[in-house]
Amino acid sequence: MLQGKWFSALIGIVLGIACGGHALAQGTIKVAYTDPLSGPFAQVGDANLKQMQYIIDYINSKGGALGKKFELVPFDNKSQPSDALIALKSATDQNMPFIMQCSGSNIAAALIDGVNKHNDRNPDNRIIYLNCGAVAPELTNEQCSFWHFRFDLHAGMKAEVMVRALPKETTKVYLINQDYLFGQSVQREVRNYITKLRPDIQIVGDELIPLGKIKDFSPYMTKIKASGAQALLTGNWGPDMNLLIKSGVDAGADLRYYTFYAHLAGGPTAIGAGGDNRVLAVMSFGENVAPEIGNKEAEAFTEGFRQKHKFDFSAAGFRTIFEYLQAAVNKAGSIDPLKIATAMEDLQVKDFLGFDTKMRKEDHQIISEYFVGTFKKGVKYDAEGTGLGWATSATILAKDIDQPNTCKMKRPSAS
Amino acid sequence: MEVFVVSLLNGLVYGMLLFMLASGLTLILSMMGVLNFAHASAYMLGAYFAYTISLYIGFWPALIIAPLLCGLIGAAIEMWGLRRVHRNGHIAELLFTFGLALIIEKVVQMSWGLLPVPYRVPELLDFPLFKVYGTQFPAYRAFMLAISALMFGAIWLGLTRTRIGLVIQAALTHPDMASALGHNVPRIFTLVFAAGTALAGLAGVIGGNYQVTEPAMAFTMGPIVFVVVVFGGLGSLTGCFIASILMGLIQTFAVVFDVSLADLLAKFGFVVTSSTPFAEVLNVTLPRVGALLPFLMLVLILVFRPRGLMGTRDT
Repeated sequence: MLQGKWFSALIGIVLGIACGGHALAQGTIKVAYTDPLSGPFAQVGDANLKQMQYIIDYINSKGGALGKKFELVPFDNKSQPSDALIALKSATDQNMPFIMQCSGSNIAAALIDGVNKHNDRNPDNRIIYLNCGAVAPELTNEQCSFWHFRFDLHAGMKAEVMVRALPKETTKVYLINQDYLFGQSVQREVRNYITKLRPDIQIVGDELIPLGKIKDFSPYMTKIKASGAQALLTGNWGPDMNLLIKSGVDAGADLRYYTFYAHLAGGPTAIGAGGDNRVLAVMSFGENVAPEIGNKEAEAFTEGFRQKHKFDFSAAGFRTIFEYLQAAVNKAGSIDPLKIATAMEDLQVKDFLGFDTKMRKEDHQIISEYFVGTFKKGVKYDAEGTGLGWATSATILAKDIDQPNTCKMKRPSAS
Repeated sequence: MEVFVVSLLNGLVYGMLLFMLASGLTLILSMMGVLNFAHASAYMLGAYFAYTISLYIGFWPALIIAPLLCGLIGAAIEMWGLRRVHRNGHIAELLFTFGLALIIEKVVQMSWGLLPVPYRVPELLDFPLFKVYGTQFPAYRAFMLAISALMFGAIWLGLTRTRIGLVIQAALTHPDMASALGHNVPRIFTLVFAAGTALAGLAGVIGGNYQVTEPAMAFTMGPIVFVVVVFGGLGSLTGCFIASILMGLIQTFAVVFDVSLADLLAKFGFVVTSSTPFAEVLNVTLPRVGALLPFLMLVLILVFRPRGLMGTRDT
């Protein structure tokens, strides 16, 4: 008897939760977010999550979209494509219109494939994949999909920015990249743009390293020094980037480091004062951009994040994503993914710094301004309490990185 | 030549760091038969403790206190955890330490956050000691070498010149006989486990600022330490030492040699083109797989010499 009571109580609780959950789903626009939240790359996912949450709170305070608030639902994918697909399944099971993922182009490739198949089979329960940082160029070229929108410049565009940032006196460069889809694209694209834009530069070394496996980069440094390189160009991220630069600084190598990700969470701490004026990052945003261009509102927004969290705000791009979502959902007038995706095409949004951005229709690649930052002393906002911060050394406007694409987009029929 | 000398030094430093970690694990594994998955977690704890302590009273006290703390934790784990689990056999112990490693990682994440902490080399040692062909050799690395060499000496003396050392040695090779002779083997177990954890902690103190102190450091360091222990052989500190240095050097030198299987075949007059079967695999250069070499060696040694390099018993 007692057992029976417990059982019905349990049923009651479960029902209560289920109904509550359902009611909530009616009230919010859910965005599934999947990235590594545990394991060696957890720092990246965690930092992303906190910044997105801050941005969503802001967007919601500005009215969300269609009177509904956005809600972020995180799923840990442990840097594994299989786990990302499980996240996708959970997201579609709960009828979420969006799934977002930032880290790992191999995962992104799996997700694009998964989303395509799912949307083909379930036309009444489609989902849009918002790519916030997987930047292998293939994803919007050979693999491009109507359901995939990329909100970060792809590796080819970043590579062009990086190569353009190389000073005239640099003639010997060394490339180190992670041995997977993304690292290999960086390697190929950087090579490409060096031959195209700077034929005077000689690539004295070109290396791929196993992802997240190297604990000591000193042997690489020895090799790099022996090659006589003046600059090290790398797409590495997470510990692979931190340890690489740290060992270079320790060895007193006379190098400049051109990176894609040195400005992201954990980078400045690991690099430290030894990296003064040596480390550059190709970045979508830096905290000193706003004061440098005199945009008080943007400065206040980033400062708000600083006061709330212990680390720096680097993800202006995420705010652009949600501004696109807001605009597209309002334009579509519904949360039907097909309508939203259509509304998103060729949508133009002025980002919060005041620059023009555009979601290119033919390949669903965002075209936005980009910055090159130099890590040095004497900036207004230092990074991670190191006393050094990112000073903007170059700003590249959206129209200057509008690279061509080879996408042959398959659009869903009007039915 | 220049690359050779610098790589040799780097390999030595890394090898010695590995040895500090692996020596404790070897002692624990060969004596108690416990494959301690939480060993690398002690390494991480050592680094984090040292970081926190160095914020308040400086690096030098931390060098002593942090390993002691780790040792205390180790003793507690052995007395109140492992000893109970021990009754249920090795699988239970294995799972116990595995769970422990996950818990420690989570605790570290919750107390110190996911981001790397700014645990830096003490200023006193933050200068280049000498230059080898233009590459600076930081004084801190020399300090690491010195500490690990000191530690090797201390363990060796302790094991061969003291009474407790003799009992430990006896228990290493003949655990049943030692206990039959009336020695308090459980207490020795606690002692060895605590000492092993303290050594890992010490490795963490000096390795944490040489590398980066972050929650993933245990996870990345763990597997390679197991390789060293198995490769060196059960019950042999010398084997462990040789294996550590070897692994350090292999990983360092693998990076330096830009050769692939295709190059090797070319020496025998066999030219690999893109149409050759497995051309992709044959063209992979050594640095790309350098980090995997230790694991390849682990597989080979388990197949051809299961007792390890200098081991006295089968693994």
